[in-house]
Amino acid sequence: MSLDTSRFIAEHVDALKPSGIRRFFDLASTMDNVISLGVGEPDFVTPWNVIEASYHSLEQGYTAYTANAGLLELRELISDYLKTTYSVTYRPEDQVIVTVGASQAIDIALRAILNPGDEVIIVEPCFVAYASAVSLAGGVPVSVGTKAKNGFKLQPEELENALTSKTKAIILCNPNNPTGTMLNREELLPIAELVEKHDLLVLSDEIYAELSYEADYVSFSSLPNMQDRTILISGFSKSFAMTGWRLGYAAGPAELIQAMTKIHQYTIMCAPTMAQYGAVEALRSGSASVEHMRKSYRQRRNFVTSAFEEMGLMTNKPGGAFYIFPSIKETGMSSEAFAEALLIEEKVAVVPGSVFGESGEGYIRCSYATSMKQLTEAMKRIKRFVEKQQA
Amino acid sequence: MDKKEIEILELLEKNGRMNVHMIARMVELSVDEVDAAISKFEQMQIVHGYSTLIDWTEVRGHEGVTAMIDVKVTPIRGKGFDDVAERIYRFPEVKAVYLMSGAYDLSVSVEGKTMSQVARFVSEKLSTLDTVISTTTHFILKKYKHDGIIFGEDDNNDRRMPVSP
Repeated sequence: MSLDTSRFIAEHVDALKPSGIRRFFDLASTMDNVISLGVGEPDFVTPWNVIEASYHSLEQGYTAYTANAGLLELRELISDYLKTTYSVTYRPEDQVIVTVGASQAIDIALRAILNPGDEVIIVEPCFVAYASAVSLAGGVPVSVGTKAKNGFKLQPEELENALTSKTKAIILCNPNNPTGTMLNREELLPIAELVEKHDLLVLSDEIYAELSYEADYVSFSSLPNMQDRTILISGFSKSFAMTGWRLGYAAGPAELIQAMTKIHQYTIMCAPTMAQYGAVEALRSGSASVEHMRKSYRQRRNFVTSAFEEMGLMTNKPGGAFYIFPSIKETGMSSEAFAEALLIEEKVAVVPGSVFGESGEGYIRCSYATSMKQLTEAMKRIKRFVEKQQA
Repeated sequence: MDKKEIEILELLEKNGRMNVHMIARMVELSVDEVDAAISKFEQMQIVHGYSTLIDWTEVRGHEGVTAMIDVKVTPIRGKGFDDVAERIYRFPEVKAVYLMSGAYDLSVSVEGKTMSQVARFVSEKLSTLDTVISTTTHFILKKYKHDGIIFGEDDNNDRRMPVSP
């Protein structure tokens, strides 16, 4: 008889639910000629100058560890970037840390701040990792659902209703994955007031900030009195098409960044050196490639928004990121059933809204980070599929 | 010219076959507005045509060579280089003519079926022009990238996983 190794698994890990995305990944992977709108990353390859700079660093033999918090040069560039782009000031020496993707920044931020039982507000529908990251850090995730009729924007009163004496922090993703919703200054201000009133901290996931298409982006940290209450989390994955490089960063109050650095130094040591040299080039070369990608995403956003409207699937026009989140309630199907049938019948992969939280039920996430040729074909197929359901 | 007009031009420059409906959706204008803008570009000679980029080396049995020729000329008083340039660009085998800064004056791109055909053009037509002082001919051996397009690159080469968070 073989040993039952599962009994070695820690209870809190055993209790984690596998991401609903996994099932669709497995299903889509077995099929040929699938057009995927299920991809949560850019369709661009990293700009060549960034790749070249990373090559060069390897050729020069820069293959050793960097400082725990990352190359000082890179932290200085991040600090300059945050100042010029979002008017927030962080000292590169002790208020910025370079991480393995924004995901690791979220993880160590939560581990740095949570005592067992502390509650963290998660605004759903949202990125699949937040709740699990909170649980793994010993905290209790508390969901606040947003509604399509409010454009999936967090309503201050709904937030306040969810706050308890145990609430320690809020994770806010702006612009949002999966809804594409972007909160502007006027919408963020009442949230900031509640944060101050209830003495909370905000983990502001701003990974999609460069991909905002309407108003100028406002960093949560730039709001009155919020810099001391914000851990700003971002990275290079989305804006510079560098997902596989695994490079992100966090900026925040020195005490918190130092606490995060403590965890980082014992668990990761430092982010990959060659990726850090690529990121140095990305920030130095400035915004031309970002601008080019943003324009292309905006055009595709416009295209898919009108395509879904034409199909009669209600949708909010996304303000940022590269996702659109149309309602499929008209079809009477659950989002999971819809996504599965669409994949099998029309070979188009989308992600059911329900994997992003209960309030995502009745919606599907479609990423428009794919070529116009593919998008055009995908919209044709979805239209045909929806018509068939309604016939 | 406004932002959206520039956007229309950029889209057409990348894909001359993109239809008006799609452009209209992408730049958030009506089909009529896009139609009107394109007609205006054509009238103003901002848009000079809608050609296709073809990699002829992939066409079996196709013969052809291209040469870039550096041409030094004597400019004509009162007319500068324009007259000389015209004498050259009127030849149908000439595909492009640019006035250059630096060591020579005109850069001339010539296409022919064979090298000797191009050589004959240079020695008989180009060098014999009164104003031409000298020519240097460079034959193109291989095109890697043309007008921003990399030849031989598969644009359906998506390396991403089909579904990710």
